[in-house]
Amino acid sequence: MTFPSDTQIQITREFAAPKNLVYRAVTEPELVTRWWNAKRGEVTTCEIDLREGGKWRYVMVADEGGYEVAFHGEYKEIVPNERVVTTEAFEGAPDPDTNATTNTMTLEEHDGTTTLTVLIDCPSQFVRDAIVESGMEAGLQDAYDLLEEVAISLR
Amino acid sequence: MARQATTTDAFNAVAEPRRRQILDVLAGGERRVNDLVGVLGLPQPLVSKHLRVLREVGLVDVRREGRERIYRLDAASLKPIHDWVKDYERMWSDRFDALDEVLEQLKEKEEGSGDDDK
Repeated sequence: MTFPSDTQIQITREFAAPKNLVYRAVTEPELVTRWWNAKRGEVTTCEIDLREGGKWRYVMVADEGGYEVAFHGEYKEIVPNERVVTTEAFEGAPDPDTNATTNTMTLEEHDGTTTLTVLIDCPSQFVRDAIVESGMEAGLQDAYDLLEEVAISLR
Repeated sequence: MARQATTTDAFNAVAEPRRRQILDVLAGGERRVNDLVGVLGLPQPLVSKHLRVLREVGLVDVRREGRERIYRLDAASLKPIHDWVKDYERMWSDRFDALDEVLEQLKEKEEGSGDDDK
């Protein structure tokens, strides 16, 4: 995970699978249902209308606490097996659609390994911090530059 | 002396770019105040002010050597900030671990159906 700018979060991960399979796993509801929970609960709703202008909505019920976490969005751009651009709104946030992020997912395959990159563009630094903060006290402007260099000293 | 509540925890202390710069320098080893003044190119009173804030939240330690005050980073106090960013990262990491399993099953299925065609 990196922070390319004050309003962005980028997440990258390699998968030992060709990109057409990764693409299926991130776009087919019955497959998304099996991983999007991050092992923290059960995905109870997973609706995907995979076309530009189409909507999606995921709902998870957390194992711990039993609360619901719901996200929805609209697909802006779809290039099968390559790239999906979508908005993402957290329904638990104030004014979800105004505070929605724009997520660009790209898939690159090399020697049978697929690199998945998600670039999360936030409407403001406040939203970016709130996302990373996930529930903790607000007020941080930017600790990440520091973290990159200093985290090493914690090991 | 009145002080803004914004300096009371490590999160807020590192929100100030100059203080992050000081921590960056101290991450490379302990420094005398004058060394920091030299490296940062800031007036000494300002550097001292930032150091005081960092000390109050426990991000830096100070020791005396003769008349010199020598500052060093207390890395352990950065851990809450580190954990805070890590939480979000861990969520994605767990998600991708689950995705790995889904992909393994997909691959097996594809290979299985390939055999059926033969």
